[in-house]
Amino acid sequence: MATIRIPTPMRRYTNGERLVTVEASTLAAAIDELGRRFPGLRERLVNGDGQLHHFVNVFVNEQDVRTLQGLDTPLDERAEVSIIPAMAGGAPAW
Amino acid sequence: MAVERLRCRECEAEVPAGPVYVCERCLGPLEPAYDLEALRRLPLRQRIEAGPRSIWRYVDLLPVPYDPVVDLSPGYTPLIPAPRLGQRLGLRRLYIKNDATNPTWSFKDRSVSIGTAAARQFGYQVLACASTGNLANSVAAHAARAGMRAYVFIPAGLERGKVLASAVYGPTVVEVDGSYDDVNRLCAEIGEEHAWAFLNVNLRPYYSEGGKTLAFEVAEQLGWQVPADVVVPIASGNLLVKIHRGFQELAAVGLVDAATVRVHGAQPAGCAPVSAAFKEGGAIRPVVPRTIAQSLAIGTPADGRYAIAAVRASGGRIDDATDEEIVEGIRLLAECEGIFTETAGGVTIAVLRKLAAAGALDPDGVTVACITGMGLKTADHLAGALAAPVRVRPSLRAFEAAVLARVS
Repeated sequence: MATIRIPTPMRRYTNGERLVTVEASTLAAAIDELGRRFPGLRERLVNGDGQLHHFVNVFVNEQDVRTLQGLDTPLDERAEVSIIPAMAGGAPAW
Repeated sequence: MAVERLRCRECEAEVPAGPVYVCERCLGPLEPAYDLEALRRLPLRQRIEAGPRSIWRYVDLLPVPYDPVVDLSPGYTPLIPAPRLGQRLGLRRLYIKNDATNPTWSFKDRSVSIGTAAARQFGYQVLACASTGNLANSVAAHAARAGMRAYVFIPAGLERGKVLASAVYGPTVVEVDGSYDDVNRLCAEIGEEHAWAFLNVNLRPYYSEGGKTLAFEVAEQLGWQVPADVVVPIASGNLLVKIHRGFQELAAVGLVDAATVRVHGAQPAGCAPVSAAFKEGGAIRPVVPRTIAQSLAIGTPADGRYAIAAVRASGGRIDDATDEEIVEGIRLLAECEGIFTETAGGVTIAVLRKLAAAGALDPDGVTVACITGMGLKTADHLAGALAAPVRVRPSLRAFEAAVLARVS
C-alpha cells in the first residue's frame, strides 16, 4: 500500500484525513483511486488532459516526479507520495 | 493598511486574511487584496514622507500594521549614483540600490519584518523558513528581536559566513543534506504538521510583499519618478515579480505617472532555469544548481513563470552569468564604486554589463541595479581572485623597495 500525504488545502476532500493509503502500481493509478474514494480530489490534481496541474508538485520517496517518470512513476508497497502546493515547493510544470 | 482579504492570483477567488497561502479552489497563490480606491483617496505622499526612514513609511501599502516589537528598521537603503561604473558600461545615469545596508545585510529583512508582524498577529510562537542563507539570517535576527523561537533550514554546504550569521542569534539551525529545493519541500511537509510560521511557506502572501518596498523606495528616491531600467537577481523570482508589482501599484494609487519601467532579470549560469525558459520561449525546466551564487541556487523557482511574464510585459530581458563573470562583477562594483556585494550582486552586475553591451538598456535613462546582499557573507568565493597583501618588514627601506618600487 502506497501512502499519500494530503496537504491542508485538499483535506476538505478527504474528510480531514492527512494520510491516505492506496493500492496502486503507478502514480496515475493512485490518483485515479484517490478520485474514486474522494470525489472532487482528482480534479484538484490533474487537468482535463490528464496532466498535473500548474500548482501541484508531487514527490515519490522525496523525488520530484518531474525528474522521474511523471504520472507513470511506479509505486511500490512502501512508496511515500507527497502532494505539495507549488508555491511552497517549486515551479509550476507548464 | 491591514488587508482583510487575500485573493487568488489565478482564479481571483477571495478568502478572509489569515495564515493561508494557496487557493483551495485551484491551488494558485494567494495575495493580499488592497482597496486601491480607498488608497487613492488618502494623501499618500504626505503620509509616506512623514513616516519613519524604513519600509514602514509605506505602511498604507503593506498588508499588516506596523509592529514596533519586531522592528529592526529595514529598508530605506541608499540609492547611490554610480558614475564610474556607469562610464565603464556606457550608462550615463546608473544607480546602485544598496540593500546590503539592511539590518542583517540583505533585502530579506524587508520581507521578514512584514512576515514576522503577520506571524505575531496570527498568534504564532515559532518562526521558521527554508533558506539559501540570507533569509535564515533575517529570520533568526527578527525572532531574537521579537522574543520568539526560530528554526531555520538551510542546505548543507552553505558559506561559513552565512551559517554563522544565523547561528549568532540563537536559533536552531537545521542543515539538510540536499539542495535548497529539498529544504523547501521538507519545510512544506513540516509546515503541515507543526503550527509554525514558515515565513516563505504559509506566511508567503505577507512575507513576499516586502519586495515591493524596494520599488517604492527607488521611485521616492528619484523624486517620485520611475527609472527606465531596473536589473534584479532571480532566485525564486519573487523579488522581481514584486518589484514590478510595486511600480504598478504606485501608478495605480497616483504616486507616479505611469509604471513605464523595464524590469530585467539576472541568474547565475549554473542555475538559470528562468533565463533559459525566457530565451527559449518554452516551459521552465527544473535544474540541479551548480553555482557560486548560492543565494540564487533554486532549481525549481516558485515564481519563475510570473517573473518571465513580468519581464516580457515590461519589455525587459533575462540573462545569466558564469562563475567567472560573477567574480568579475563583484570586483567591478567594488573597484568602481566602493560597494562590496555578495555573489548574487556579482550576478546582477555581470548581467547589467551584458545588457548594457547588448543595447538592452537606455544609455541616457535612469538604470537601477539592485544589490541585494553584502560581500563578507560569501567572501569564500573570492579566494585566489584578489591581489594578496604586500608583506614587508617594519622598515622604511623595506617599504620603499617592496611597495613603492611596484607602483611607480
